[in-house]
Amino acid sequence: MSSSAMLSEASSWSRALVKISPYTFSAVGIAISIGVSVLGAAWGIYITGSSLIGAAIKEPRITSKNLISVIFCEAVAIYGVIVAIILQTKLESVPQASIYAPESLRAGYAIFASGIIVGFANLVCGLCVGIIGSSCALSDAQNSTLFVKILVIEIFGSALGLFGVIVGIIMSAQASWPSKV
Amino acid sequence: MYGFEALTFNIHGGYLEAIVRGHRGGLLTAADYNNLCQCENLDDIKMHLSATEYGPYLQNEPSPLHTTTIVEKCTLKLVDDYKHMLCQATEPLSTFLEYITYGHMIDNVVLIVTGTLHERDVQELLEKCHPLGMFDSIATLAVAQNMRELYRLVLVDTPLAPYFSECITSDDLDDMNIEIMRNTLYKAYLEDFYRFCQKLGGATAEIMSDLLAFEADRRAVNITINSIGTELTRDDRRKLYSNFGLLYPYGHEELAVCEDIDQVRAAMEKYPPYQSIFAKLSYGESQMLDKAFYEEEVKRLCLAFEQQFHYAVFFAYMRLREQEIRNLMWISECVAQNQKSRVHDSVVFIF
Repeated sequence: MSSSAMLSEASSWSRALVKISPYTFSAVGIAISIGVSVLGAAWGIYITGSSLIGAAIKEPRITSKNLISVIFCEAVAIYGVIVAIILQTKLESVPQASIYAPESLRAGYAIFASGIIVGFANLVCGLCVGIIGSSCALSDAQNSTLFVKILVIEIFGSALGLFGVIVGIIMSAQASWPSKV
Repeated sequence: MYGFEALTFNIHGGYLEAIVRGHRGGLLTAADYNNLCQCENLDDIKMHLSATEYGPYLQNEPSPLHTTTIVEKCTLKLVDDYKHMLCQATEPLSTFLEYITYGHMIDNVVLIVTGTLHERDVQELLEKCHPLGMFDSIATLAVAQNMRELYRLVLVDTPLAPYFSECITSDDLDDMNIEIMRNTLYKAYLEDFYRFCQKLGGATAEIMSDLLAFEADRRAVNITINSIGTELTRDDRRKLYSNFGLLYPYGHEELAVCEDIDQVRAAMEKYPPYQSIFAKLSYGESQMLDKAFYEEEVKRLCLAFEQQFHYAVFFAYMRLREQEIRNLMWISECVAQNQKSRVHDSVVFIF
């Protein structure tokens, strides 16, 4: 095959990596996109939720408004699910002979990268929104005029996840496997 | 890891931190204090307090109120808050919360031993003890004749046992030795607490180091001023100072040789935070020193609430409540004795 001929001078690591099937990379990418996004969402929800529960004992009025923080964290998990569904529609079977063709490798790597982008962007976004949500609940309990202002910070924080989703979708859009000829 | 506590603190401490911040919102404000200072008698005070968080604790008290009743019921609220937090806490927060009460335990031990020395009844003394510092075998303290017995019979089972190694002697207990015992125990307790906070690391260690260092320095100054003119030798005095804090070790050297208040002032003015405290007092005056120290302490305790995800908020809340109870006691006494002009001498506003 032409790829192994090109790389016969290279180190054994690069040869090993190239021999991994692009399907493996794609599958791992899809798993990371949903798994790590949900990790970020869950982490953020528990950080906000524990502070919200404690603060709501003295000030029950904060509960309904501060559920917005939890909703922002949840949105992060939804992004992960959407991108995972989009990525898995990009998976196609190619004939045995072209599994290691450059086109296939490119498609496999594109799906993998897309999964990592979305997964980790959502992880940190979920964390960010969760920590801010916790501080928001505690500040709102003391002084109700602070809620809207801290919400603006949370909105900026949740944009991070959106950036990850946009780039991930663009990456996966050009993941085209070689045609079955 | 310092700076990343926000990621994992809320697993065990998030709920309790939110609870303690809710309690902090219920501390009396300057407006409440102004209302209380305008009261004519203790029933007025009870009426004003019924609108605050102390209401449920005072509402069942019969009408001829005493100031001690007011203070007792308000302390009961602090004890209830503390017990609620302690039973919800996991390690290491539960150990931290227990450390906060060891100071009261030491005070209770000294109270009972002194009272027994002066032939008071044990039951009466037990009623005067601070509820946060009670432990099971406290009543047996009345039996001990000297410190070795005190340790062997009672204190070896309490958390105070490790603090006793420096002060076990076979001398009989008298007033002077009891004060020295109190200060030695407190010194060992502060150092132990300091080490514990350092081990916890992160924001807790940073904020608690500052608060405990201030406490250690304040005690050093008080020990110095109280032992001017007594038989306490310089070496004994130096042994009572803690081995951490802003004043350690050079400030302690200077304080150990002070013989009057002006020398203490001269020694303290080299340290900027204490120089600003002493600047509020004119020369030769020491009555306002307590109030100046309390004000500085309250300022630092309020600053502890500015950061999230650490344990020092619990310590700060307990201390602020105790300050509030001291304020209430002073106001009640002034009102009961008809000396309202002196009310502002000793009330430290928290907000």
